[in-house]
Amino acid sequence: MAKVVNRMHPDFATQSYVIEAFKGVALVTRQFARNIFAKKDVVTVQYPEDRRPYTPRFRGKHRLMLRDDKSVRCVACMLCATACPANCITIVAQQIDDPAIEKAPSSFDIDLLKCIYCGFCEEACPCDAIRLDSGVHTIPSFTRRDQKAGVINLLSLGTASIAAQGGEHRAHSHEGTAHGRSSGH
Amino acid sequence: MHLVDNVLLNIVLMTLIKFAGFVLAFVMGIATVLTWAERKYSAVLQNRIGPNRANLGTIRAGGLLHMLADPIKMLTKEDFAPNTPNPILFRLAPLLAFVPALLVFAVIPFGPGDNFQVSNTSLGILFIFAIASLNVYGSVIGAWASNNKWSLMGGLRISAQMISYEVAIGLSLCGIFMIYGSLDLQDIARRQGQLLLGFIPAWGIVLQPFAFVLYLACAIAENKRAPFDVAEAESELTAGYWTEYSAMGFAMFALAEFIEVVLIGCVGTTLFLGGWTIPGLHGDAWWIVVLEIGGFAFKTVFLIWLQMTIRWTLPRFRYDQIMRLGWRILLPAALLNLVVTGIVLTFVERA
Repeated sequence: MAKVVNRMHPDFATQSYVIEAFKGVALVTRQFARNIFAKKDVVTVQYPEDRRPYTPRFRGKHRLMLRDDKSVRCVACMLCATACPANCITIVAQQIDDPAIEKAPSSFDIDLLKCIYCGFCEEACPCDAIRLDSGVHTIPSFTRRDQKAGVINLLSLGTASIAAQGGEHRAHSHEGTAHGRSSGH
Repeated sequence: MHLVDNVLLNIVLMTLIKFAGFVLAFVMGIATVLTWAERKYSAVLQNRIGPNRANLGTIRAGGLLHMLADPIKMLTKEDFAPNTPNPILFRLAPLLAFVPALLVFAVIPFGPGDNFQVSNTSLGILFIFAIASLNVYGSVIGAWASNNKWSLMGGLRISAQMISYEVAIGLSLCGIFMIYGSLDLQDIARRQGQLLLGFIPAWGIVLQPFAFVLYLACAIAENKRAPFDVAEAESELTAGYWTEYSAMGFAMFALAEFIEVVLIGCVGTTLFLGGWTIPGLHGDAWWIVVLEIGGFAFKTVFLIWLQMTIRWTLPRFRYDQIMRLGWRILLPAALLNLVVTGIVLTFVERA
């Protein structure tokens, strides 16, 4: 469909540029006075002191969630490592005594230099164990080793999840219903 | 005023004192403040905050300390020179741009009488034209010696722009000389102190309003600041003629530009805003002299403000638009202004 473009045909006064220039000067001066004396329209965020809050959906540094007894929720099922398009998750599983849980990670490493923060791991996780909602922007470092977030590192950001999880005792899963974003049974 | 008996020594001493008081304190002072003010002013009118990080401990003074931080940075950075066949010209160019910009102030009267003018020469405005246009050599030589195609393009554009607008600015000021009948800036300023019909000050802007607009446009164009900044043209030529300059070489070019801003303000004040005269105020009392010097400074600052606001208001012209504006609009307009002024003057003298 043809679109009609309305061309501007400014009159002579506009084209002579002089009056328009002074109009512009007046406009700019008004804005200057407004920013000095009246309501400030300034939108600058003074970065290191003030930070703009991230949106709730922001995917930051990973964290591993905890059970009520402070043990890792992760059962080393490898779904996140499988789903990961960047192959940045390395899980080493170990057997644990609880017959209902059977497995837990002995190490859970994420190479933050490889991670693309797509969030597929938290989508894949059946246990609500891994999340990217810590709100922490990945911190730069001087060595590559510092970017390997080990299990301890990830746990330090962890908090207890109230989502029900298979193998947990009935008493611990209070309502027994799923809360939060991703939770499986 | 006689400081010592020796006449020659007296002249030299007085010149030095006037030079220090006017050029070093007033002009360089304003130019230095401008390095901060321009960034801060543009920031505020664009809803930004602007420079405020330079600090002494917790004292920030609204970014005023940037005036101090900038020279320190400029003096301590690496003074890079490109692989150029003309290293001497490359080093000479910033000086060629800087020195003429300062020299011009020698003939500006900033107060009544010879004591408030570094050098009283009857050449007056011709001296300003002669020296101020030397300024372009610094930029062009710097551009050529940079051995860089962007710089060269910038240099070509400056020279073309200077030639085009030098003609128009000269013709636009001719009306002023015709009305006041003198080239001597002190004379022109004094004659603007008179009153027309008893209440209108006989300022150049009243008698030649059209010439004032032409002068302002041409002067900003000659100073190659936005909206006429095709010589620098960040989006096209990196930084134009000063692409290769760093550290103090760059600072000299930048400072020369700010000094020219002050110069345009001073010349505009002297020719169009009555110079140091204040309407209805005459006399030799010391407080009148102080007021007159203050008035000169105030008018100059006003014109500097006007230039700064225009610079941050208008979008830039394209290169061909600048040439068209210079040759096909401003030059004929200046000629027309001259003809009309001549006709009117003839009738006024007959009457």
